[in-house]
This record gives sequence, structure tokens and C-alpha cells, in this order.
Amino acid sequence: MSGTVFDIVLCALILGAALAAVSGRDPFAAVVFFVVYGVFIATAWLRLDAVNVALAEAAIGAGLTGVLLLGAVGRLARLRETAPPARAAGPRLLAALAAGGTTLLLGWVFLTLPEPAGLHAEVGANLAAAGSENAVTAVLLNFRAWDTLLESIVLLAALIGIWALSPDAAWGGRPGMTQRTRAGGVLAQFGRVLPPIGLMVGVYLVWAGTKQPGGAFQGGTVLAAVALLAMMAGRIAPPRVSAPGLRLALILGPAVFLAVGLAALAAGRFLWLPPEHAYALILGIEAALTVSIAATLALMVIGPPQEAP
Amino acid sequence: MLELATDALTVALTAAGLVFFLAGTVGLIRFPDTFSRLHALTKADNLGLGFIVLGLALQAESWHAVFKLGLIWALALVAAGTAAQLVARTALRADEGGRPTRQAEGRE
Repeated sequence: MSGTVFDIVLCALILGAALAAVSGRDPFAAVVFFVVYGVFIATAWLRLDAVNVALAEAAIGAGLTGVLLLGAVGRLARLRETAPPARAAGPRLLAALAAGGTTLLLGWVFLTLPEPAGLHAEVGANLAAAGSENAVTAVLLNFRAWDTLLESIVLLAALIGIWALSPDAAWGGRPGMTQRTRAGGVLAQFGRVLPPIGLMVGVYLVWAGTKQPGGAFQGGTVLAAVALLAMMAGRIAPPRVSAPGLRLALILGPAVFLAVGLAALAAGRFLWLPPEHAYALILGIEAALTVSIAATLALMVIGPPQEAP
Repeated sequence: MLELATDALTVALTAAGLVFFLAGTVGLIRFPDTFSRLHALTKADNLGLGFIVLGLALQAESWHAVFKLGLIWALALVAAGTAAQLVARTALRADEGGRPTRQAEGRE
């Protein structure tokens, strides 16, 4: 009973936060409500026992996307100082119609489709050969490895897109703006205290991902946050975008994933994992993916190089 | 009997935590300037969460879980304190004249 009340209140809060995020005029407030919406959605996934998705939503949906959007709001504000915003009603109306139409269509599809049996039984039957006791990890890295491989490449493509925005003179330099902190100040201390704990949590999430909820995306996001904090606190300088080590870290995950897939092609099927080596292969792919995801996400937040190297 | 006592203590402690969250929220909305709003906010983060963690720790099944709850509170404490300091410094600079720039936000 109390569970039902909780769920109804949670649904109302999700709808309220979503409405506040899209209907406000102030972009900053919209982003804040978007982050709140992400936290509520993560709670909803927890209620549905989808801990993996909840972790990913909290870390990437609410946390990382929120930071990226806040950066965009700051950039927009600086642009507005030079150019007045165009306030045309037509495009807004079209966008609202398109979004509303898509929602109605999705709702109609959801209500008319037959109740799916789900893939629980099939995944459970094949779990022994998958190399992971966690069904979600088994699906992500074995049964549906294609999707995960392409996701990791999409991330890389997004970073290349962001880097393409850098001014010509700044290319090859350190990404982002120069960060200055007061030596011995609060932020500098915070950047000293938190990284060891964050490193441990991030690596644990990847390691535990083979048996429990967790994995490369969740762990990688935590590690990216640690790297960002250390950079903002002035503990480490962002690496130059032309540094070979950085480039290697960025492509390591997709490259290892592709290599494993191609090796399997020699044995007959692309991305097929032999059951006797599946655990080691999954752990290896997850470890390499974590390095690339952490590096890519951190660099996406910092943005393109701004100053000449 | 012991179980009843722990349950009652849990209810009392989490209720105390909720009072701090409610007071902090009211303060955040009603207080006139950034500094007093921060004051209200940090009470919710520190004391509110602290009481709730204490109440939940009484229901924990293992010392392992108690340690995790304590770690959550400690991390929230450090993060909230740091964020409050940074916001206050930026607000102070804005009050002294001069719009806070993006670079000033990164600094302290």
C-alpha cells in the first residue's frame, strides 16, 4: 500500500519536473529541473529493480548531461551579449507539435502492442555460457555486444565533434579554459580529499559489474568526475589534445572491443565470445572501455581547446 | 521489546531529519540573500541527512551497511560544505561589484 502511494507520488514528481524543465523561459532553471527529473527517473528505475539503469541514469543522465547543458547555458549567455535572441513563434510551435506528436505516437504504440513475454527466460538459460553472472552485463557485452561497441564509438564521434569547435590557433593545446584556484583553499583541499575515494568507487563499479549492477559506463563516469575535479581544483592539468597518450586512451576501448570481435570472426562469427574465455574477455573489454569512457566524458565536459598552446 | 525501541528511535530520528529538511527548504525559498539561503541549505544537508542516516543505521542488517551509510553522510558533508564555500565566495565577489565571470566560478 505504502509502496503504491510512493510510486504515485514519484510519478507525479517526474511529470512535474519534466513539465517545469520544458515549459520554463529561463534556460538555467530548465537545466536545473532537467537534473531533478534525472534524479527522480533514477529513483523510478530503482523501484523497478533496474539498478544498472538507475546508476547509469543518475551518473550520465542527471550528472554528466546536466553539466554539459549548464556549460551550454553559459555559452548561450555569452553569445546573447553580442546578438539579441530571435523570438520566432513558428519554429517553437513546430517543435512543440513534433514533440507532442511523438509522445502521443509512443503512448499509442505502448498501449496497443501485445504484452511482451520478455527475454528473461532466454537470457537466464544462456547465462552460464555468457561469462557474467549479471544478466545485464551478459546482454551488454555478449548477447548484444554490437550495441555496446557502437555506443562506445558514438561517444568518440561526439568528442571529435566538440573538438571541431576549437579555434584554429588553439588546436593541439590544452582543452578548456585555464583554471586558477587559491592555493590551500577549499576547492584545492576538496580536490585532494575526494579523488582517492572516487577512484576506488569507480574501479569497484567496473569490477563488481561482472557479478552485480555496475560496469564500464557507470564506473567510467565516476572516474571522469574524479579527473574533472582534480583538473578544476588545479591538482592536474588537462592533457594537450594532441598528446599521443591521450589519443591512445580515447581509442583503447573501441579498439580492444573491435579486436576481440575480429578475432571471433576468424573463428566464424563477429563478436562471438567462446564460453570458456568469456569471463576474461568481458573483463578485458570492460577495463579498456572504462579507460576510454572516462577520458572521453571528462574531455567532453572540459570542451575544446580555447587558448593557443 | 528491543525491536520496538529501535523502531521508535528510528522514527524519531528520521522525523528530526525531515524537520531539518523542511526548515532548510523553507529557508531556501524565504530568506532574503545568498548567504542566509546557503545557511538554510547546509543545515538540511548536514543535520537533516545526518539524522536520517542515524535513524536508518539502526535498521541496518550489518556493520558493513552502517559503514556505507556513514560514508554517504561524510561525503555529502564534505561536498555540501565545499559547494557552499564556493557559492558564497562567488556571491561575495558579485556583491563587491563586478559580475561573476566563468573564470571566477572556477576559482575561489
